[in-house]
Order: sequence, then C-alpha cells, then structure tokens
Amino acid sequence: MTEYTERLLTETPRKGAADRFRIVWLVVIPLVAVLSQVYVPRFIPFLAYLELPLLITVHFALSRGGPIPALFYGMFIGLVQDSLSHQPIGMYGIVKTLVGYFAASVSMRFDVQNPVVTFVLGFFFYFFHQFFYWVLSRALLGETLGFDAQQTLVFGLLNAAVALPLFRLLDKLRVAS
Amino acid sequence: MDFFLSRYRHLTVLLVVITAQLVLIAYQVKTNNDIPLIRVWAVTAVTPVEQGLELVRHYTWGFVEDYFVLLGVRSQNEKLQRENGQLKIENNYLKSELSTADRARALSVFEARSPSKTVAARVIGNGTGANSKVVFVDRGSTSGVESGMAVVTPDGIVGKVVDAYPTSSLVMLITDPTFAAGVVSQKNRVHGTLKGLGHAECLVDYVQNEEHVDIGEWFYTSGDDRIFPKGFPVGQVTAAPNGKTFKEIYLAPSGMQGGVEEVLIVLQGVHQEIPGAEIASPAYTILPAPKDAAAQTPEGAPQPGALATDADRLRAIYKEVGVEEKHTYGEGPPGSKPPDFTKIPSIHGVPPPSAGQPSPRPSTAAAPARQTQPVPLPPNQAQPNQAQPNQAKTVRPNSPAPAIAKPKPLPSPSENDNDDEPASGTPAQPAAPAARKSAPSFPMRPRLPAGSSSPNSTPVTNPAPAPSPAPASNQ
Repeated sequence: MTEYTERLLTETPRKGAADRFRIVWLVVIPLVAVLSQVYVPRFIPFLAYLELPLLITVHFALSRGGPIPALFYGMFIGLVQDSLSHQPIGMYGIVKTLVGYFAASVSMRFDVQNPVVTFVLGFFFYFFHQFFYWVLSRALLGETLGFDAQQTLVFGLLNAAVALPLFRLLDKLRVAS
Repeated sequence: MDFFLSRYRHLTVLLVVITAQLVLIAYQVKTNNDIPLIRVWAVTAVTPVEQGLELVRHYTWGFVEDYFVLLGVRSQNEKLQRENGQLKIENNYLKSELSTADRARALSVFEARSPSKTVAARVIGNGTGANSKVVFVDRGSTSGVESGMAVVTPDGIVGKVVDAYPTSSLVMLITDPTFAAGVVSQKNRVHGTLKGLGHAECLVDYVQNEEHVDIGEWFYTSGDDRIFPKGFPVGQVTAAPNGKTFKEIYLAPSGMQGGVEEVLIVLQGVHQEIPGAEIASPAYTILPAPKDAAAQTPEGAPQPGALATDADRLRAIYKEVGVEEKHTYGEGPPGSKPPDFTKIPSIHGVPPPSAGQPSPRPSTAAAPARQTQPVPLPPNQAQPNQAQPNQAKTVRPNSPAPAIAKPKPLPSPSENDNDDEPASGTPAQPAAPAARKSAPSFPMRPRLPAGSSSPNSTPVTNPAPAPSPAPASNQ
C-alpha cells in the first residue's frame, strides 16, 4: 500500500469534524438547492438534470462524519423534494436517506477532500440515486419507467463535475467550532 | 439486545427510518390518500421564496434584459423607419395605380355610354403663370382635337381646348378667371353663366336675386355657349347669397374633384337631357341610347298608319278636299276657281265630310282658330315616309350652324329641340339622340317641298287661300 493510498484511507473526514455549518446554513442551503431544482429549469430546462439536493446531501454526509445525522439530513431533503413532486411522499426520502448514510460511511474511510475522490463519489452517488429511485418506483409504485444507463452515466459525470466547485463553495461556509 | 443496538446503532436507525418511510409510502399507495401536512409545510416554505425570487428576477433580470433590448432599439428604429418610408412610397404608388385604373375604367364606361364622340386624353403638364389654370393634354390636332372643344370627365366638365397643337393641346380649366360657360340648375332650371375664380370654386353669374337656388343643387351645362353640350354636370352649389343685382352662386366643380388626370375631349357633342330628379352620382347619369325607330325614322315624320302632327292631319284634309273637288294642287291658271275650303273639317275631331271616306282625324271637338286659314299642300307630301333630306335645308335657311361643324359652336339646345331633321354636319352616328328624343314635345313644322316657301313663311300662318306656286313648280 503506497503512501498516497494510505493517506486516502486514513485522513480525517473533510477538513476535520471540527468545522461545522451554522444552523441557518443547514436550512438555507437545502432550501436553495430544492428551489434551484424547481425554479431554474423554467428558464434553462437542461438544468433539470442537475441534482443539487443530492449533492448537498452528499456534501453534508461527507463533512459531518456521522451516518445518523447524514441519513436524517438526507431524509429531510428527500421529503421536501417529495412534497414538491406528484409522487407519494417518501420516495426521494428513502433514496436520499440511503445516500446520506452511505456517504457518511464512506467519509470515514477516504480522504474526501481529494478532488478525485469527490468526483468519483459524486458520480457514484448520482448513479446510485437514480438507479435506486428507479427500483423503488418499479417495486413500490409499479411504474414502468425506463432506465437509460447511458444517459444516467453522462448526467452523473456532469453532476460530479458540478460537485467539485460546489463542495469548495460549501466548505467556505463552514466555520471552525 | 443492548449490545446489538449499541454496536449496530447506525444501521438500526437507518432501518427504522427506511421502514418508516416505506410504511408511509405503503399507506399512501394503499389508501390513495396524500399526506397534506408535509406537503403544505414544504410548499409553504418554498413558494414564498419562489415568489420573491420571481419578483427579484422580474425587476432585475427584466431591467437588464430591457437595457440590452434598448441597446438595439435605435438601430432597429432607424431600420423600421426606412422600411416604413419605403412601404409608404410603395403604398402611395399602388394607390395611384389603382386610382388611375379606376379613372380609366370610369372614362371608358362614360365614353362608351355617352352619345357624344370623345377622345381620351391625359394631362401631361400645367401651363405657366401663377394664376392661369391651364393644363396640357397629350392629344392634339392629329387626334382630331381643335380649339373650342369641350373637355369633360365622367364627373363633370373640366374646361375647353384653347389651343390645339399637333400632339398636344392646351386646355383652359373651368377655374380659370377668364373661363365662362352657360349652365342651368337642375331643380329650378335657373340659367346662368359659369365663371372661374382662379381657385377651387366657380361662380354662376347673371342669376337674378329673385331666382331660387338651393344649396347643394346641381348645375348642368345648358348648351347655350355652343361649346359644352347640354346636360353635362358642372358642380354643386356651396353658397348662394344675394348680391347687389345678381346672386353670387358658388359651385364646387364636380369634374375637378381630386385633381384632373384623365379627361375626355368632346370631338362631336350631343345635347342630353338634364336629369330631373336628384341623382346620386351625376358622373354616370347618362340618358339611355335612342331607340332604333327614332334613329331610323326622320324626326317629325309620322309613323305609317298614323298622323302624328297637326301638319300631317292638315295635309291629309287638304288632300281629301282636292280629291273630292277633283282639284290637282299646283295646276290651273292664275285666277281660276280654287277648291272650296270652307267645308273642310277641323283637324281635331270634326267628322269627315263623307261617312264612307276613312278619316285619320281624332274625334275631339276642339277647333283652333289657326286652322281656319290653312295652306294647301301638295298631295305627295301627305305620305309620311317619303323623307326628303335635302328639303330640310331649304325649309330653315336661317337656322344656326350645324351641331358640330367647324368652327365648333354647337347648335343651341332650343334650336336643336325644334329641328325636325338632323342638321347637316351632325354626326351620322346616333347623333343628337337626346335632341330627337325631346323633339316630339314641341310643335313640328310640316314638310315642305324644296323652295316651296320663303324662309319666313310658315304653312300654318300663311293666309293665302290659293296654293303657292312653289308646289306647282315642284310637281
């Protein structure tokens, strides 16, 4: 195992658990993310594929270092998304709960400040989010949605690319506790 | 159990949360009910912010957008103004073309329906001089145009030709201060003289203050000037105040409404009737074409089997008397006994002398005094259909010049009305149909043989008991 690999696996979570978000940011940031998802596509339809609430969830999970807060945070964002959709409440909630949990679990083992790790995690969790949502829709609601893996991969890459500057920006909002 | 929960606490919480949401979904799907509380909270939390964002966007992005839009407004405005100017020019051109086509069509219709012989001309220029109202038209002497000819449009008279050149003519408009023409009002038949004033209106002069002229009444050419045929519209009265001696009747010339572009030059004018009633469009009020019978039969000649005039009846009566007394008119030496004319009946209804003899006379009892001294006529003159065109010239040697002879003075409408034959020189076309049409309303002279009487002697007033020598020479 190389030094770089060891560092990836042994570094503390994102900039240390000592930095915390202010409470107000914990509310405003997901609200802005959800708003951007329901408002911006009115003018730029292409941005409907930008899953900002998911990226916020991943960032929170990676930065908080604890699976339980992360899964609740993901559940909260998911339920808000469900409330603004026409689906039964809980679909996005379950998916984002899982994303938050697994992202927080991953953050314990990798150096999530590394851009490569951030990009890979962003891509992976986007694909996981879309795929799991598709599975739940078919399993729980009986919907016959198609899953376009190629399109999902492409949009996963785009979301991962957006995640890099977004995570940098969100890191600046944190304050040392 | 406590060990399990403490070791797998995270996983336990995850399972609980997932299970709770699964139950929530199952409840919604099974009961087909929503959970409004969560949705209301979410919507209440999100939509106000969304409204604020929309408001901010409207006033910020909209302002920026308007700014960038205004950046191109100047150039766009200039471009639109150029396009607008081009479209205006094109529109005016098309309107002009359409108006020209309409005028040309009106002219052709008028030319086809008018009994006068006309030639269409186009105004090609104005005369010099600030006050002169003359224009040049593109028809000249090569087209038959001569000085003194009338220039009209379907809407009314325009002017008269004052100079004719080979390829163009100079037309004096009716608004020229030196222009004059005889006119008559439509309703009250007030005669006057149309004069130009140098501007858009004309004046009808020499109308007594006692005459009645209404505002809006139409004036027509009277034909008295021997230039304009009778019956062409001139214009409508706009004002008619009383003057010192004469009325000051101002007309709005109908022939020059909207300018003069295409005109008709009257080569051979024919008098027409003046419409008696109010007309909607005088430009197209043209008398109907003369009937074929009237055109083929000489005017005043009685129809076969009918004695149309008193002269014809007189002639028939004298013929009967001559047959009864075995007298041949024009024979017998001077001083011989004439036929006994004291027993001839009246032409208006006295029964014929013999019951067995057919009589064309009507059965009315009136007997005018003028029939007490008739003039014997030659028997051959009693045949109504024997037209003798050359006799008309000798009957009225003092009659005015033919209708459209060179130079151009037209016969006055009154003369035309009393003519019993078309004047020589009158166009052979359906010429003078209006004059012929109006002729039967006037007393007609009997036809006399050539050289039968002096120009001043009339058959009905001649008291000579004996036949004049002229018929004798004729026979």
